[in-house]
Amino acid sequence: MTDNGTHTDRKWWTPFNVIVGIILAAGAILTVMRFTQGIGAVTNLDNNNAWGLWIGFDLLCGVALAAGGYVTSAACYIFGLKRFHSAVRPAILTAFLGYALVVLALHYDVGRPWRLPYPIFVSQGTSSLLFEVGLCVFLYLTVLFIEFTPAAFEWLGLKKIRALVVKLTLILTIFGVVLSTLHQSSLGALFMIAPSKLHPLWYSGYLPVYFFISSMFAGMSMVIFESTLAHRYLSRHMDDTHHREAPGVALGFAKAAAFVMAGYLGIKLIGIAIDDHWRLLTTGWGMWYLVEVIGFVAFPALLFAMGVRERNLIFVRWAAAWTVLGIVLNRLNISVIAFNYHLPSHERYVPSLMEIGTSVFIVTLGIVIYRFITTRMPVLHEHPDYSAHSPEQKSI
Amino acid sequence: MGISRRKFIGGLGALALGPAMGIPGTARGASNKEFAGWPDSQSVLHDITKCIGCRKCESACHRVNHLPDPETSFEDLTVLDQKRRTDADIFTVVNRVDNILPVFVKTQCNHCLEPACASACFVKALEKTPEGAVVYNEKLCVGCRYCMVACPFNIPAYEYHKALAPRVTKCTMCHPRILEGKRPGCVEECPAGALISGTRDELLAYAWDRIRTYPERYVSHVYGEHEMGGTSWLYLSGLPFGQVGMREDLGTKSAPELTSGPLSAVPIVVGLWPVLLTGVYAISKRKEKIAEQEKQAAVADAVDQSKKQAQARMETLRKKWEQEKQSAINFEVKKALEDAAAKDPEPGQSKEDE
Ligand code: SF4
Ligand code: SF4
Ligand code: SF4
Repeated sequence: MTDNGTHTDRKWWTPFNVIVGIILAAGAILTVMRFTQGIGAVTNLDNNNAWGLWIGFDLLCGVALAAGGYVTSAACYIFGLKRFHSAVRPAILTAFLGYALVVLALHYDVGRPWRLPYPIFVSQGTSSLLFEVGLCVFLYLTVLFIEFTPAAFEWLGLKKIRALVVKLTLILTIFGVVLSTLHQSSLGALFMIAPSKLHPLWYSGYLPVYFFISSMFAGMSMVIFESTLAHRYLSRHMDDTHHREAPGVALGFAKAAAFVMAGYLGIKLIGIAIDDHWRLLTTGWGMWYLVEVIGFVAFPALLFAMGVRERNLIFVRWAAAWTVLGIVLNRLNISVIAFNYHLPSHERYVPSLMEIGTSVFIVTLGIVIYRFITTRMPVLHEHPDYSAHSPEQKSI
Repeated sequence: MGISRRKFIGGLGALALGPAMGIPGTARGASNKEFAGWPDSQSVLHDITKCIGCRKCESACHRVNHLPDPETSFEDLTVLDQKRRTDADIFTVVNRVDNILPVFVKTQCNHCLEPACASACFVKALEKTPEGAVVYNEKLCVGCRYCMVACPFNIPAYEYHKALAPRVTKCTMCHPRILEGKRPGCVEECPAGALISGTRDELLAYAWDRIRTYPERYVSHVYGEHEMGGTSWLYLSGLPFGQVGMREDLGTKSAPELTSGPLSAVPIVVGLWPVLLTGVYAISKRKEKIAEQEKQAAVADAVDQSKKQAQARMETLRKKWEQEKQSAINFEVKKALEDAAAKDPEPGQSKEDE
């Protein structure tokens, strides 16, 4: 406050920057530990619990919550809902960052990360669902990257190449939906190989369907949630179009999410009925299952529906955040909490502080990059040269 | 990158078509056919009732596999008091299960006929060999540990404390020794005859023979005959298998069967989705176009209408003007005539006036 004489348009010692700095420093230390002493030095993983927080949260939640990319671009470009146009870019950016961070997190989790291209380029284990996940994530990351490049090209002023990429929009969108369908569902199908380890309330032949459908409302909720945060902290980087369309986007997705969530609850019910697991609902695990399904799916679905009916954005935003939490809970249940449920408690896995720290570090990294990009490139606003009303944009 | 590229595209094709056409991968990819095992593949039968808990198999395993010596020697039988599992440098363990008399059970990889671990591995680092063993290739392993998640018997272990080249480890059924025509290390060393090796068919026949001959001594079940699609390591027990720490709820479905559904959905999604989505796009585009056309038509119509109205109004105006003009002319003419008449009266009249 005393630096009146010096010209700085940016203050470094904000609470945000300090916290981020601490987290990044801690992350750097954890990274060094992980890569010099092995996975065992920072995680609580063991031979019975081979997958922990880094798979359950970083991979499964990361991919589910990045579904906003395919959901939004499909709504806008395939279903022709043009009012979602201003939401497409932020959603694509989040999705791209989300997937990039998932891949980064995998470098921590797998034993020999430099071999991550192996399943694609060296030895294809096509019988594995993980192969399908790997291939689709790799391809989709490429698609997302291309889909995002127009923003970067506008920023750099490369008009010709931008126009070229924009022409590919429809193809890229369709490709993105196909790849997303495949890997979102395959992430659930990963666990179908282990019926003896996952609690029967969560294990189901429908796992891939559950994962795919929940990824849709996960993506929609994430778009709403993210735009809530962005409005709060990055408002000055938004243009009028974005401001004007944001409530419509939120209400539109809220309505869609309420419907999809109702459908999801329906097939969950069918799943329980087919496997005849009603009896299990009265056990302790059953209670926990109901907490997830009623508390974190049915309840926010209702909140969404109410929000839409009364055109109440506050309801919608709370519902979105709640749904995001519910997705995290669901993915952790399947991969960590209800997985290996049969093991005695001392053999169960609880993540170490360092594992949690690494996940926090990766999420923080994502936020920092998101901020860097949105404060520079035309993401939350349209570039004046390429506004939606110019003929180029109209062609798609 | 020529080869890589081809392989990559091959991989894509395999992803799309492999499961659909039932191309057998080495890990015996998702096919619905029951795999009865390789003919003449090697197996081991563990007769739990004969095991005396001497841990000789454990030490033999360490020796033949050149594993580092454990902290406590193999002579120390107190380790039997704890429940142990296989670990990064322990391929097999003998556990004691207390009943009226102590019962000992040896645990190691069961070398499944259609191994969950191999079907889970996304780089084919685990493979079922025709000789019976499920072997691991550390040159391919990425370390994703999905094999460990997949194995229903919780067998593979991981070298969590190696930073540079951690490996998945598990019993190899002494595959190198089998190739040399020798018996597995543990089998050779067992002093009590609790481990015998042979082809799977032989051992199954022998096991059922034992059950029939000594029905009071054995439960009537050969563990591994059908569990998870069948295993190459078979067990005989005097107690129900659940009571000796082996899971009885695994079912008989093999791992590839469990995942064949989602895998065969891949070509459907790849084939149908783009068509459907393009359809949706076309419809929405058409709707948009029709809406646009209707809008334009409406606009044109409105323009037309107003044009016509304007014309009509112009017409009436013109008529009015004309009328007015006409009446003005008439009026003027009349006036002029009147004027003229006034200026220059009729001769007759004026004459009369004069
Ligand atoms: S017991 Fe486990 S590790 Fe051994 S072959 Fe079967 S699935 Fe693989
Ligand atoms: S850890 Fe290695 S062997 Fe196991 S599934 Fe992954 S790549 Fe295959
Ligand atoms: S078969 Fe070989 S590797 Fe397996 S437990 Fe016996 S000695 Fe060890």
